[in-house]
Amino acid sequence: MSPDVEAVAGARRWLAGRARWRWWEIAFWLAAAASFVLLPSRHLILAEIAILGLFALSLDLLLGYVGIVSLGHAAFFGVGAYAAGLMAKHVGGEPLLGFAVAVFAAATVGLATSFLVLRGADLTRLMVTLGVAMLLGEAANQWSSLTGGADGLQGMTVAPLLGLFEFDLFGRTAYGYALVVLFLCFLIARRIVNSPYGLSLRAIRDNPLRAAALGIAVDRRIVGVYTLAAAMAGAAGALLAQTTAFVSLDVFDFNRSADVLLVLVIGGAGYLYGGLIGAVFFKIAADLLSAQTPQYWHFWIGLILVVLVLAGRDRLGERLSALARRARLTGGAP
Amino acid sequence: MLTILFDGVAYGMVLFVLACGLSVTLGLMNFVNLAHGAFAMAGGYVAVTLVNRHDAPFLLTLPLAFLVPAAIGLVLERTLYRHLYTRSHLDQVLFSIGLVFMSVAAVDYVMGSQQQIIRLPGWLQGRIDIAGVGVGRYRAFVILICAALAVTLQVVLARTRFGAQLRAAVDDARVARGLGVEVSRIFALTFAVGSGLAGLGGALGAEILGLDPHFPLKFMIYFLIVVTVGGVSSITGPFLAALLLGIADVAGKYYVPGAGGFVIYTVMIALLILRPHGLFARAR
Repeated sequence: MSPDVEAVAGARRWLAGRARWRWWEIAFWLAAAASFVLLPSRHLILAEIAILGLFALSLDLLLGYVGIVSLGHAAFFGVGAYAAGLMAKHVGGEPLLGFAVAVFAAATVGLATSFLVLRGADLTRLMVTLGVAMLLGEAANQWSSLTGGADGLQGMTVAPLLGLFEFDLFGRTAYGYALVVLFLCFLIARRIVNSPYGLSLRAIRDNPLRAAALGIAVDRRIVGVYTLAAAMAGAAGALLAQTTAFVSLDVFDFNRSADVLLVLVIGGAGYLYGGLIGAVFFKIAADLLSAQTPQYWHFWIGLILVVLVLAGRDRLGERLSALARRARLTGGAP
Repeated sequence: MLTILFDGVAYGMVLFVLACGLSVTLGLMNFVNLAHGAFAMAGGYVAVTLVNRHDAPFLLTLPLAFLVPAAIGLVLERTLYRHLYTRSHLDQVLFSIGLVFMSVAAVDYVMGSQQQIIRLPGWLQGRIDIAGVGVGRYRAFVILICAALAVTLQVVLARTRFGAQLRAAVDDARVARGLGVEVSRIFALTFAVGSGLAGLGGALGAEILGLDPHFPLKFMIYFLIVVTVGGVSSITGPFLAALLLGIADVAGKYYVPGAGGFVIYTVMIALLILRPHGLFARAR
């Protein structure tokens, strides 16, 4: 074998090794499936967690794999939510069709705005993404004949899923639906980041100049992954709209963009599970804190952020994995 | 027409005072401080509380509206911000968003969520006619103060030893340190003054911009626009940017209320794409 072929085969093996399912990944999804059966009284909050997890997963593709800091990811969430809501109100209540339209709408907006994040450093991107979200929020606010403005979009009727499962008060269908969508999106994301394409994304994150010098089409990759992330965020928005049968202006809120960033940072960016784990922690913490101090729970969220950053969020992850390694080493010895 | 222009100028002046501190931390020290508005809010609440609850004279509260946020800024800089200068922008963003959330919730808890209305003294209320143009007295007062501040700042930065040291520290902190400039002390002082100015702006602007616990979030984007559009090479850039923004916003709200924030955000995005280094700056 010539060295080239050998190298390619080696790279393939390496990627295949990374793509192999670990035991804890299987356990994670089994636990998620088990929660559907075992915690019927918690379906409503579980559905929220799944939706938030999907939203954070979409941001992880941007932040964790290409290194784009976005302060306006709620823009796509909002587009998806409003698209699904408008479909349900004006066209028909079939959830899957509405979902597809919402994803398509969010992807279109993502594609259109992706060209804005190609230029400039972190700060410019921050402000451009923030500006896009504000712009769309303002649009939804002003165009009240279509969106209902500040009152929110009312009068959505969502038909039973697949004509079989009606969306009930206890969130049973909602959670099942959200969980399945989350899992499918996760599979797509996982397949992508463990492909050569995903590897090139990481190269861009680590050093865009060097990546470009290696012949990676940096701009095209960014446009592609930005669109994908927008589509997934739109999917999350559509899920929220369909499971709650209501959309209001707060889908575009700055707080939503900031919260999802926090969710991802709690769980850790760049390995796909971060957003999901972060969503579980965030929702449970928010639930507990807002039960204690209903109006002021954002104070504690802020405190968590500050402490997390000062303690060093990278080091936290490293310390944990170092601990895990040590546990494995000492556990292996008699 | 001229009245609108005048109101716009007053609005822009307040924005400048609010944002000029940020133009140093963000523009010069390259620290993304989204919590800048929290200092402004602190100043605003200091003034409102003193005037409305303790009947302090309005003029006397202004120095306090400067000093209290400056002190808070100094303490936070020494204890927290200092460690983050060298961190990634993401860390800085997360940290300062955390501060914003905390300040919003804390102010909401202590002061309540309602809009605060400052009681202005009688001689600042009403309008006067200058050459047939109706001019709000308070707005004229604000313009005078802010213009004086802008000139002072420009002189301090351009002419004094401190200004020279600051510019040196920003241009190349290592070399400046090597030349005996106490960089960290300068940064701390600058941060404090910037926070104080924000507080002063918050107090002056309580009447014009409004003041409630969500102030830091509502105006964050305005501050950022002033700084990024104005560029960082001088104090003139942010000053002009703030004036433009103020006039455009007031005129836009008056003539085309439906367009709301569209114009501002669109112009900002376009400018950021076309002139990433600011409207008046040359690329460094």
